[in-house]
Amino acid sequence: MSSTEIGYIKKELPDKIRKIGVSLLAAGAGLGIIGFLVEPQRAAFSYLTAFLFLVSIGIGSLFLVALEYAAGADWSTPFRRVSEFFSAVIPFLLVLVIPLLFSMHNLFSWTHKDIVDRSELLKGKTSYLNIPFFIIRSIGVLIIWWIFYYFIIKNSRQQDASKDQTLTRKNIKVSTGFIPVFGLSITVIAFDWLMSLEPNWFSTIFGVYFFAGTVWCALAALTLTVVLLNERGYLHTKITSDHYYTLGVLMFAFTAFWGYIAFSQYLLTWYADIPDETIWFMHRWIGGWKVVSILIVITHFVVPFFYLLSYKSKTNAKQLKFIAVWIMCAHFLDIYWMVMPSMKLNGFQYSFSWTDIVFPAAAVGFVILLFKSLSKRYNLLPIGDPKLQRGLDFHL
Amino acid sequence: MENKSLHSVAALFDTPDQIINAAHKVADAGYKKFDVNTPYPVHGMDKAMGLGQSKIGWITLFFGFSGAIFIFLFMGWTMAMNYPYVIGGKPFFAYPAFIPITFEVTVLSGSIATILGMLAVFFNLPSLNDPIQDSDYIKQVSTDKFGVLIEASDEKFDKEKVVEFLKSLGATKIEYIYEPEKEEFKILQPKFLVFLALVAIFTSGGTYVTLNKLMYIVPFNWMDRQSKSNPQSETTFFHDGFAMRTPVKGTVAKNFMPYPYQGQAQPAEVLSNPTLPTKEILELGQRKFLTFCSPCHGNYADGNSRLMGQFPPGPTLHSDRIIGYSDGMIYNIITNGQNAMPSYAYQIPREQRWAIIDYIRVLQRAQNPKPSDFQAISQLKKESGKNVVN
Repeated sequence: MSSTEIGYIKKELPDKIRKIGVSLLAAGAGLGIIGFLVEPQRAAFSYLTAFLFLVSIGIGSLFLVALEYAAGADWSTPFRRVSEFFSAVIPFLLVLVIPLLFSMHNLFSWTHKDIVDRSELLKGKTSYLNIPFFIIRSIGVLIIWWIFYYFIIKNSRQQDASKDQTLTRKNIKVSTGFIPVFGLSITVIAFDWLMSLEPNWFSTIFGVYFFAGTVWCALAALTLTVVLLNERGYLHTKITSDHYYTLGVLMFAFTAFWGYIAFSQYLLTWYADIPDETIWFMHRWIGGWKVVSILIVITHFVVPFFYLLSYKSKTNAKQLKFIAVWIMCAHFLDIYWMVMPSMKLNGFQYSFSWTDIVFPAAAVGFVILLFKSLSKRYNLLPIGDPKLQRGLDFHL
Repeated sequence: MENKSLHSVAALFDTPDQIINAAHKVADAGYKKFDVNTPYPVHGMDKAMGLGQSKIGWITLFFGFSGAIFIFLFMGWTMAMNYPYVIGGKPFFAYPAFIPITFEVTVLSGSIATILGMLAVFFNLPSLNDPIQDSDYIKQVSTDKFGVLIEASDEKFDKEKVVEFLKSLGATKIEYIYEPEKEEFKILQPKFLVFLALVAIFTSGGTYVTLNKLMYIVPFNWMDRQSKSNPQSETTFFHDGFAMRTPVKGTVAKNFMPYPYQGQAQPAEVLSNPTLPTKEILELGQRKFLTFCSPCHGNYADGNSRLMGQFPPGPTLHSDRIIGYSDGMIYNIITNGQNAMPSYAYQIPREQRWAIIDYIRVLQRAQNPKPSDFQAISQLKKESGKNVVN
């Protein structure tokens, strides 16, 4: 235990959390390996959804950290560590991407030579959509993210001991560099891993669409964790419902932002009505997927929007926890909806598989375990940050 | 000073911490009608003053939704019901296209209602002179002091006690704020209003006459003067000087069908009716008969027409001679005209001419029914009850 003049007392998180994380991860990963052995093609798609969910949480959280530095925000300084812990997913993505790179042939129809030869459109895209360049892009983006992650987090952790204010200034510079790089790289990831599942289709706004979802999901993860930790006294007594309110407002803002972007994408496609563009929506409007498409509108926009409209829901801990879990589930459903209907392009009919549950469970277990082990080694508040006191004194 | 009534007692403080503390104490002491004035927003003041949630959000919500629902239905009505028009091959009720406008109107009506509601409900808009205006108090709290005031209309108000209480909170200065004198607004006198109306009439009328009559200058003449020739006008472009041109020799109009029997002795022998007297054909024939034939021949083809003898009336079509005509003969007459009747070849297309002939046959049959027709009618009446044939 260590105490500081800020008034933060470091407490160990209960061991129960580690057990939950380990059991989820072990069961999920174990069953996942079986899944890969039994049905490698179906498992690859399930794995992709879980991988993209981890990307969302990891890079979305790093974006929130960078945003706080770049914007000079102080209200979020007490929660920055939580986002930093979540962004620790990023280095692991470099390992987690390997199974995907090995199952590219199962995932992407443009890797099949006979399919490409039959389509003039795909032949024209081969200079971008080819296996070596795809691997270079994926690995390259993940390494760039890892480099930014490394510098931002290193500086932040150093500050706990040294209380050196120049580290904040350094991080502002790194963060300002990171944000435009993030904007481009998330587009590359969204184009490569999601859009190229249907290589005939394109939508230039798709990167922004994925960005809106990732940050929304990372915010929900942050809100849920902050409320859970603060209720049990692991954070700070000065964190009040005013802090919750700002998190709720930001979630509300990103709900509206996602709705805006998602509708922009749909409206332009609907207006132009060109087969190359509508095909993606048509695949999601035929059969059972129609229900899921309508569900996406309701769960991803309508419910969170009206739920978070009132002041009370943004300050009440119980309601915030509920909507945070809801938002993460809705974002996962969104990823699932983007990935799964593309299966038929590989000549593979969709049906629900048990691997669809196994991999996300493993991902959640992995994040919990990662958070637990990092919270043991580092403080839950950035106690050396000069903005922390102002952040704790935050009032509406 | 004594004749003025006291509005409130105000106290000035030096620091934001003091004012937060003072607001807290005043609220705790049970005063309801009090207010705090600070040079900048002090965080945590709402809580210190014990203020609840502002009700303004409900105005925004109500008017935002009203605007959204109204504009969505309005667009649906204009685009799909009142003036349906195919745009870009989309359905009339193309609701995705309505959403951006619905969004904009939601924001617009919500925000305008919020501002107007704030001014009208919360600031009591028509009151133009709040008592704290023109006081030393407002000058100080809008520069570097923090003030709290307790109104005299408060239930617990007692001048001496309030002064004592505010001093005990550490006020640096106590100020008395008095109600302002009632003002009479000269602007509302009838004379002035009449003057205003006259000014409005003269300026608008004068402007209209000056700009539109005296100093009229065409702002742009692209539509007045176009580089084209009007019908029946001359031109120097063509050698013959006619602006209107005739078609090239041998031109055939689209869908033109030649009528090769003009001038033949017995064209009716080679013309036969290609239509069957179905309901649609007969209704078409009736419409066209009433349009083109009835002015001379009468609505029932009996020659009793609207011309009322001002012009040689068309003969009845119920004469034995005409009943005896073949369909081809009547067709030939409609196409080429006969006696005073002109040709209708350019007004009535071929199919419609045949339909008219079918209808004329119906009229003739109605004038000269056969016994079997009566039987058929009474049979039909029995079956369906009321007048079936008319």
